[in-house]
Amino acid sequence: MRTKKTRLRGAVAVLLALALTLGVAACGSSDDDSGSTEASEGGGGAIVANPDNAKVNLTIGSKNFPEQEILGEIYAQALGAAGYKVKSDLNLGSETVALQSVKSGAISGYPEYASTALTSFFGLEPEEVPADANEAQEKANEEFEKEGLTAFPPTPFASANAVGTLKKTAEKYGLETISDLEGVSEKLSLYGSPECRQRIDCLAGLEQLYGLEFKSFHPVDIGLRYTVLEKGQADLSILFTTDPQLSAEKDKFVILEDDKEVFPSGNVIFVTKQSTAQKAGPDYEKTIVQVQEGLTLPVMQELDARVELEKQTPKEAAAAYLKSAGYTG
Amino acid sequence: MSTLPLPHPVLASLEGAIEFIFTPQSSNVTGGKKVGGIDQVVELTLNQIELSLLALLLSLLVALPIGLYLGHRGIGELFATAIANAGRAVPELALIAFMATAIGVGVLNLTIALAVLGVPPILANTFVGINQVDRASVEAARGIGMTEFEILRKVEIPLAIPTIFTGIRGASIAIVATATIAPLAGVLTLGDFIINQNVYGDSGVLAGAIMVSLLALVFEFSLAGVQHLLTSKGLKLRSA
Amino acid sequence: MTSPALLAAVGEVGKGFVQERSSDTLPCQATDKLFCPDWAWEHLDRYGTPTVQHLELVVISVLLGFAVAFGLALLAHRRRWLQTPLLGVTGILFTIPSIAFFFLLLPITGRVRHTAIIALAIYTLQIIYRNTMTGLANVPESVKDAARGMGMTDRQILWQVELRLATPEIFAGLQIATVSTVAIATLAVFAGGGGLGKPLYEHISFGTNIVLSGGIAILMAIAFGVLLFGLQRRLTPWRRGATTI
Repeated sequence: MRTKKTRLRGAVAVLLALALTLGVAACGSSDDDSGSTEASEGGGGAIVANPDNAKVNLTIGSKNFPEQEILGEIYAQALGAAGYKVKSDLNLGSETVALQSVKSGAISGYPEYASTALTSFFGLEPEEVPADANEAQEKANEEFEKEGLTAFPPTPFASANAVGTLKKTAEKYGLETISDLEGVSEKLSLYGSPECRQRIDCLAGLEQLYGLEFKSFHPVDIGLRYTVLEKGQADLSILFTTDPQLSAEKDKFVILEDDKEVFPSGNVIFVTKQSTAQKAGPDYEKTIVQVQEGLTLPVMQELDARVELEKQTPKEAAAAYLKSAGYTG
Repeated sequence: MSTLPLPHPVLASLEGAIEFIFTPQSSNVTGGKKVGGIDQVVELTLNQIELSLLALLLSLLVALPIGLYLGHRGIGELFATAIANAGRAVPELALIAFMATAIGVGVLNLTIALAVLGVPPILANTFVGINQVDRASVEAARGIGMTEFEILRKVEIPLAIPTIFTGIRGASIAIVATATIAPLAGVLTLGDFIINQNVYGDSGVLAGAIMVSLLALVFEFSLAGVQHLLTSKGLKLRSA
Repeated sequence: MTSPALLAAVGEVGKGFVQERSSDTLPCQATDKLFCPDWAWEHLDRYGTPTVQHLELVVISVLLGFAVAFGLALLAHRRRWLQTPLLGVTGILFTIPSIAFFFLLLPITGRVRHTAIIALAIYTLQIIYRNTMTGLANVPESVKDAARGMGMTDRQILWQVELRLATPEIFAGLQIATVSTVAIATLAVFAGGGGLGKPLYEHISFGTNIVLSGGIAILMAIAFGVLLFGLQRRLTPWRRGATTI
């Protein structure tokens, strides 16, 4: 029965979002100005502050890498614009820490990847992760609901782990897919985040599902994943498909194709307690869904580029996105 | 925030940490692989010992000769003081991060970074130790015909041992402490447990802290032991 | 599913929000250059709060440590039997790596900034205690005798004679302790204490950031060193400062 309620809510949210966008399309007369960097003539796109929300305190969290912090900031600023009293507590740690923070009430919610939730929290095998974003969200919700949590609809973009290397290394060993590493991986060192050793969508998966053995695995901070490749320490490194370096420096870095689909890609779903969502009112989910809409893959990569390459703060990048998309004034 | 000192929760944390040291635990991050346990603890401890010893050796190789020479000749007092202060002022986190970015991660690069921290105390203390040896003794030795080198070896160094060792022990403290955060630059030491709380959990962090402290104390006592062996009887009698 | 208007405003590569990027058009801070002066100049304000936090950490810890160490030294000055044990205990505490110490304290003090301050203060104990003891011990008996002869009480001798003569040593200890604390305080970020370690750790592979965070810390250490040295010279005009290494 609870599933129906969330499905209904989800459907309502989607309808609302559609209505809003139709409104924007209808009202926004100047929608042919493809070259504009300024906010479009807002219209139905802007977030409206609802005075009722001022009574609600929300704390938005995030995991410990830039893409997560950007998302956290976007949600936090958007909810603030909607009239909520928002605090942010970004950079909490890995997914286990973040989930615990939601359960304990330390934060109201945080953005999670559907694939991570399914494999890490609920123990699904990578091939059981649905490729369709909405299906993945529903499957995650089935489990989340058992613990009084819920996940909002997914973002347009998806991200996945990937095995990356320098272009010349790939050319040297003739590597195009991860399976090509068979017979070669014993000579190569792999660098990844400390959690990578245990995760099925990381080293554990490479070892168990691809049957690969590496010369060595070195855990390093996520922030160093490209440095170790550049400095020649790492032959292979675990990267993310949304990394800005992959498009900005595509002559240097390549990722190997995940032919056995061990690295499921996940869209981002906002995880929160059902009770929080109820207390916060309909604007909670509505705002989040609304503001996510513009997060297509190129846009997310752009945001990542601004923070990781150009060293802007997540706050600045989020603010620029919200303004540019017309959500805030 | 607990205001009571040492209530049950502290003992419970201690218990958890000790368990972590000896038996593999299931990790916070799922995926089936266990963490902790005596094998991993021993491996990381050995890594840290190896890294620290290498760095200490390198520091000694660089600092001792210079300190002995300058101290014997009696020149460069300002230099020695400045170096000592400069060495103290360098933040280890920044040094490691900078080295990792500039020359790369790995044991060799890290050894150099750690040696940068180990050289100042050894250099300065060796200088002061040799320099402050009673001039009368040195003159007497010169008077009976000892060569400069013999004076250094038979008179100055034995008398300077306590001060020189203060420097070596200081270097060891700095090196072991910085080797603890070596995982940030890709070399796995006991600090891995402390820095990556995600993977190892609170018991892992406490276990790491306990092991590192024990290791530091072992280094300290070993060096104290070596100093005791090398200090001549006469000095031992009047040591404070 | 995304509306055309939204896509247009935010959109496709090269138009609007999303920009075209390639290896040769990357700004300095996106490359692995060790230092980007322009970026540093423009973003100096990011280091404002961490610097202030760092100052707070250092000042409070050193003052706390000094108070405790000084008190202990005075105590041990009277009761000789305390000297060796105290030297031993403070020495052992000093040997333990700071980052381990933060987490050893955590179960007792809880996840608060106080943990960092307490740990940093404890690190200053050994050097300040040791130097104070040495300073007091170096006061010549003859001077104390003369003071006694003039009719001063023990208390007066301590405060007006012994401590004044020991000032150079005590200050040397204070100087060493403060410089060390500035450096160690960069690790306070691991205990949740903020300070310059925070921006450093957040972008640990960004050269300019490392140079700025580390550089400001080193400058702070030097500034404190010079300041304390100057203070010492003013307080003891009859003697140039003794510098113990």
